Order: sequence, then C-alpha cells, then structure tokens
Amino acid sequence: MAGSTLASPTADPVIGAAPMPTQVSPGRETWRRFRRHRLAMASTVVLGLLVLGVLVGPWVWRVPINEIDFSAQLQGPSWAHPFGTDDLGQDILARMMYGGRISLAVGLAAMFVATFVGIIVGALAGMARRYFDAFLMWVTDLFLSLPQLPLLLLVIYFFREQLKAVFGVEGGVFVLIVIVIGGLKWMPVARLVRAQFLSLREKEFVEAAKAQGAGKLRQMTVHILPNAIGPVIVAATIEVSSAIIAESTLSFLGLGFPPDIPTWGRLLFDAKDNLEAAPHWALFPGAAIFLTVLAINFIGDGLRDALDPRRVI
Amino acid sequence: MVSYLLRRLLIAIPSLLGISLILFTVLAMAPGDPFQEMATNPNVPPEVREALRASFGLNDPIMVRYVRWLSAMAQGDWGFSFASRINVDDLILQRVPVTLFIVGSSQILALAIALPVGIYAATRPYSIFDQIANTLAFVGFSLPTFFTGLLLILVFSVQLDWFPFVYRSDIAATGWRWVWEMFRQSIMPITVLGLFQAASYTRYVRSAVLDVIRLDYVTTARAKGLGEKRVTLRHITRNALIPVVTLVALQMPAVFGGAIVTEQIFRIPGIGSLLIDAILANDTPVIMAVTFVFACLVVIFNLIADLLYGWLDPRISYG
Repeated sequence: MAGSTLASPTADPVIGAAPMPTQVSPGRETWRRFRRHRLAMASTVVLGLLVLGVLVGPWVWRVPINEIDFSAQLQGPSWAHPFGTDDLGQDILARMMYGGRISLAVGLAAMFVATFVGIIVGALAGMARRYFDAFLMWVTDLFLSLPQLPLLLLVIYFFREQLKAVFGVEGGVFVLIVIVIGGLKWMPVARLVRAQFLSLREKEFVEAAKAQGAGKLRQMTVHILPNAIGPVIVAATIEVSSAIIAESTLSFLGLGFPPDIPTWGRLLFDAKDNLEAAPHWALFPGAAIFLTVLAINFIGDGLRDALDPRRVI
Repeated sequence: MVSYLLRRLLIAIPSLLGISLILFTVLAMAPGDPFQEMATNPNVPPEVREALRASFGLNDPIMVRYVRWLSAMAQGDWGFSFASRINVDDLILQRVPVTLFIVGSSQILALAIALPVGIYAATRPYSIFDQIANTLAFVGFSLPTFFTGLLLILVFSVQLDWFPFVYRSDIAATGWRWVWEMFRQSIMPITVLGLFQAASYTRYVRSAVLDVIRLDYVTTARAKGLGEKRVTLRHITRNALIPVVTLVALQMPAVFGGAIVTEQIFRIPGIGSLLIDAILANDTPVIMAVTFVFACLVVIFNLIADLLYGWLDPRISYG
C-alpha cells in the first residue's frame, strides 16, 4: 500500500553509530528484513506445513479419496476419520489433501500466467511512447472494468468440454482455469511494471547502457526489469491468493472442477446443503482456504516491507 | 459540468463497446447453442435445423451478428429468454432492484466501518488499535465470501435460529412487519458482502490518511488553532478520500462478483443468480444481457466516482 512507505519510521541519523557491517548480498538483506515481520514468519511456517501436508500427506494417510462407505455417512471427526466423512462416507481428510494439491497448483500456475502477461504488457507500455502506450493502457483499463466473475463462469462452462477432449478431464479443466484466471488478473502487475519502467527508463544507468550500444530489448531485460522486480514479487504473491479464491469461488458455484475432483471450493459446494447435519464438512475445507489465503497475504505484506528500500527496519 | 458529464459519457462508450465485443465473441465461440438438443432428436431432420439456424442468423460471421445484436440492443430489444419464456429486459428489470439493494447497503455498511476505523488507526499509527485493526483487516479480506456466508448460516440460522437463510421476495406481510422481515432476511447477505469490502477499504483509508496527515497544510490548520476533531474531519479526511474514491470504484467488479456468490448462498433472486441459472440453461440472450448489465453497472459506478472526485477536490475543474 502506498501509504505504508511514507508512514514508516525514518532513519534517524545516529551519531557515533557502529560502522556498517561488511557488505551482505541483497538476498540475505531481504531475508533479514523479512524475518522482522513476525506475522509473515509465522505465516511462512503455516503455509509450509499446509504445503507439506498436501504433498506428503497422501503417502502417510493412505485412505482412498473415493472409498464409499454407507455405514459411515456424515460422521463427525473421529480417529478413523480425523476430519469426518461426507454424505457418501468418503474420508474428508484424504479428499482435502488431494484437493489441496489442485487448489495450490492452480494458484501458483495462474500467478505465473498473470505475472508473465502483466510484465510483458507493462514493459511494452512502459517502453513505448505515446500511442502504443495509450492503447495498451486503454486495454488494461478495459480489462479492469470487465465483469470478471461472470466472464470466468461463462468461459469455463462453455469451453471445458472442448479442452477435456484435448487434455483429459483433469488436465483440461486445469489448463482452462489457469489460463482464464491468469488472463483476467494480469492488470495490476501490468500497471505496476509500467509505472516502474516509466521512472527507471530515464535513469542514468539506462542512459549509460544505451550509450554503450544496448538495444531496446537488452535495456528492458537486463537493465530495467531486474530493478523493477521487487514490487512485482509482492504483487505476484498476492496474485496467488486471489487466484486460489477465484478457483474456489468457481468450484463453490459448481462451475469449476467436475464433482469427482474434490478441490476445497468443490468440497464447500457439496457441504453447503448439509450444514445442519455435518458442519465439519464445510468447516475444514473453508478453514484450509482461509488459512492458505491469510498466510499468503501476510507473506506478501512481509515481502513488501522487506523489499522496500525506503523503509528502515 | 454538463459538458464534462457528456464528455465522460462519450469516453465510456468505447469501453462499453469493447466489453460487449469481448463478451459477444466469447459467447459466439462457445460450442453450446440453443438448437443443440434438436441434433439428438430424430424427428427433426438436419435440414430443418439448418434452416432454423439460418433464420435466426446463427450462421453469419461474428461481426455481422455483433452489429445486429448491438443495433437491436440500442433500440431496446434485448431478446427473448429461451428458458423463462419472457422478454429479457422484463426479466432483468425484475431482478436488478434486489441486487442493487443488497450491493448498495453492503457498500454503505463497508464504508461506515472502514472510514472511522481507518481514520482512527491512521491518526495513531502503530498503536495497539492500529495493529489490531490491521490484523483484522487481513483476516477480513482473506475470508472468502462463500465461507463467511456459510459460517453465518451455521451460527445464526442453524445454531441460534435468529435469521432465515433463504431470501424470499414474496413476504406475506405489510407495513412495519414487512420492513422487519426484509431486515431480518437481508442482514446476513449484507453483512457478508459488507465485512469483506470493509476489510480492504479500511486499509485504503488508513494508507490514504497517512499520506496526507504529515503534509504542511495540516500543521497550518493546527497552528491556526483549529480543534483536533475539525482538523481530522474537515482537512485530513476530505483530502484523503480522493484516492479512496478511485480505489472503491476499481473494486466494483469484485463487489458484483461477490454479489453473485452471496446471491447463490442465500438464494436471493437477483441478477447474479439469474446469470448462474442462465449459464446452466444455455440461455444465451439472458447471459449476454446480464453480463452486459454488470459491465454497465461497473462503468456507471466509475462515472459516479469521477463526479465525486470533483466534489471532494475543487482543484479539478470540469471545464
């Protein structure tokens, strides 16, 4: 957030302070600053555990996700089923670990798509002069005022059959959801990159590179982009959580992944008609989405503090 | 002022055209079409089906169909719903007021929470209150609306039985009884949407206030001997609101997205649930019209934001 930089405590000139320690690499310096953000550190641990849980979990908890057991319908948490069972007696813990992999993978992949498109559009707009820049920004603003959720619903509902034929059931929907979510979330990154490019391209070091004969492409990729990457990393982190929410929303509306692929949003969709009998069925997947998103947002906040050179920590 | 408004409307037209073109192309490329079920019906020969398609102009190139749709739309002919068997504009007019009521009230609730909390937190940065408000704001916008909706139903409908969780548009009551019933059934949807927006607005307000609070004119106002309350409300808040207005306007697509989810959870008969039904029924004219209405609402709110700008910041001239 823009304001957090102004309000940060400024560096008081400390008289007679110890000389600066020997140079540390930027990566270590960022890590040192990141560790100061206690909530971000705690979130890193929480997110790490969640990721570990969905990656390693299925090897430890070897209950199949689609084992139907009518004698154990809608049971609350017990030793046999730590997170309870659903209306078909399927184990919710196993389903959540399987679905969590997909939810997290969608979040990451959509983030990469969005960041990639955003960087390209933003860099082109930032380097181009006048008309092309104005056109790209018009397109960006147009996408910002598109009704995103309706469009997502439409595209996924209409095109999933076609992609299923090409990539298989799971792969097809996955590719479609990632591309569509990524394709509707690149605008903040594009605006950010453009703003960075506009100020950086006038700096002396770019001038120097130009004087040494660096072409436009080299200026952009080698000289400007690495200097603009800090805010982009922060925006990309937030993109992951918003993509996870978008995917869960789609699945919650029943228009995301098919019923046999239990993503967290899909579990909530199935659970919502049985709230009275089996509240645990909705609570566990909901809490998983909430914890993941919260942890990623806090990590983004910590990275923002750590990567902002004007902020003294 | 009038000429500014006119110019602003003229700028909005290309955006709306662009949005409608994108929507139309997506719909036109979609494989499903209303005559699909005829293909599997052995009583309908393929020639009849083709003739029907041709008579509705479904075989023409996309651009031709788009121009035809656009001119019909401009003349007030929004098409006919295949599923509901009534005109699309009637259908939408029935549904829009509910959505606007829910969205509008939730925005008022969100601002009623975000403005005081954000301003108070920013005037005492890094205090306990600020830290608690900040953490709660993070929790607030990390809780997806569909999960808060289910949680509220679980607590207030299932456990406590205070509020009904199905929204009914036909309450059999009149007078104050009707108002009370309306209040009871809309309080949960409004809270779900309002709290989610309040969380992000709080952060916007806080950072906007922090941006202006250290400027010289604030010190000047204090030096003149104005009371702290007057400085905060008249001098700081008014200027801090200018960027907030833009950010709130930018949030509009997300707000209407949230409205779709809440309408689905609480079964509110608004345009959001109409859209979901239309998509599931492959009811193309309704889908196109509803998404276009969503786009128009977003553009209208952006327009309102621009006008508010001028009121908040007299330096902006509409000349």
